[in-house]
Amino acid sequence: MAFNKNSNGYTFLFAIVMVVLVGAILASLSLSLKPLQKANEAEKKMMNILGAIGVPSERGAVESVFAEYVTERISIDSEGRQVNTMSGEVDPTNAGDPFNIDVQKDFRSKAPASELDFPLFACRKDGQDLYVVPVVGKGLWGPIWGYVALESDMETIHGAVFDHKTETPGLGAEIKEGFFQTPFKGKKISKVAPHFAVVKGGAPTTEYSVDGITGGTITSKGVGEMVDRTMGIYLKFFQSAPKAQK
Amino acid sequence: MSTETTTAVEKKESLFSKKNRKLLTDPLDDSNPITVQVLGICSALAITVQVQQAVIMSLAVLFVMIGGNVIVSLMRNIIPDRIRIIVQLVVIASLVIIVDEVLKAYSPDISEKLSVFVGLIITNCIIMGRLEAFALGNKPGPAMLDAVGNAMGYAWILLAVALVREVFGSGAISFPGMGQVKFLPDSWFYANGGFYENNNLMILPPMALVTVGVIIWIQRARNRSLIEEN
Repeated sequence: MAFNKNSNGYTFLFAIVMVVLVGAILASLSLSLKPLQKANEAEKKMMNILGAIGVPSERGAVESVFAEYVTERISIDSEGRQVNTMSGEVDPTNAGDPFNIDVQKDFRSKAPASELDFPLFACRKDGQDLYVVPVVGKGLWGPIWGYVALESDMETIHGAVFDHKTETPGLGAEIKEGFFQTPFKGKKISKVAPHFAVVKGGAPTTEYSVDGITGGTITSKGVGEMVDRTMGIYLKFFQSAPKAQK
Repeated sequence: MSTETTTAVEKKESLFSKKNRKLLTDPLDDSNPITVQVLGICSALAITVQVQQAVIMSLAVLFVMIGGNVIVSLMRNIIPDRIRIIVQLVVIASLVIIVDEVLKAYSPDISEKLSVFVGLIITNCIIMGRLEAFALGNKPGPAMLDAVGNAMGYAWILLAVALVREVFGSGAISFPGMGQVKFLPDSWFYANGGFYENNNLMILPPMALVTVGVIIWIQRARNRSLIEEN
């Protein structure tokens, strides 16, 4: 070998070149794929919202279905006052569009609720008004989130979907399965705290709680906590909202 | 899956000597990464609750391992000795990130399924172990065979453990395309008035260790050469 590959100079040079090269490759890859990834995320979000009101949808054909069912996108502040409302096509570049509020980012930022806006999706399905509320919270290992659809009485749960990032397969990860989500249907959000709860697997449930997952206690509790906390904020809006919608 | 890949590689590289072919077959038994070298135990515990996830993880490891082994093998003459571990780590991490980003953009559904595993691949000791022990001192061809062999050796243990754990822990195997495959009639279950109850302990991580232990026991009972002398 012509050069001494173990000299200090070469070692430093190698490390510097490697870091710059790898950094450049990864950064350019990330930048060039970002638009596609954003579009995929938005699509997934629409699918989840539609899933909460029980409308099946597939990737690639979501936007038209979304436009058909979701009539209004509303944002409210922590006191339940309406901030903004939009309808029609979703504009991914408009930061004022309630659809573009990143509730997960808001949750992570730990900013006080008074500084945040909360999105709400008003839907119409089979002549029935439904309201989809995004929820975010903490599981055992990482973030969990979901969408809860309320019926026009703003009290009864019409449907719910949940998802997670890194919960334990076979235990906490089961929150995205039907057997966990189906019992939410027909349950109610209590007007007084605690608004909703997920109880330990097998324990008796009430009108305001569902059964958790055995062995997935912390994730189940996380689901209960996020629904309870989020509903606390939205209830203020629901109670002040014009009752004409009823 | 495993036989397909193995035969394809052997056919294409039939020029390879018997010694090189051993690179493919050895890790399946005599030098199995999990049961003999005891590498990659961590991921064997974490993702053997369901067969489906064991399959995904095995494929991901296969891919990253081939990529990592070949790249490090190509660079083996220019990597400074003192920072070789860091270089290996950078190669593995970059590969994993590239795969993750591309999947997120072009195949979001698969990306969602893989999300948990991405971190686990980077920390998988088998990959680092093979880069350090083999790729650094061998040409890309053998390095690739070594990667395939070890990934397969990893895969079959993972699948075996996952099979045991899912069957006894959940009572059925769910696999995309096949729905749920049940092994016992519903009426046998305690909840339906029967006598059988799924063993929840099987789902918890310690049982993965016990299952791997049983596999090691069986393997050593059959293959005496693996037993240490003292």
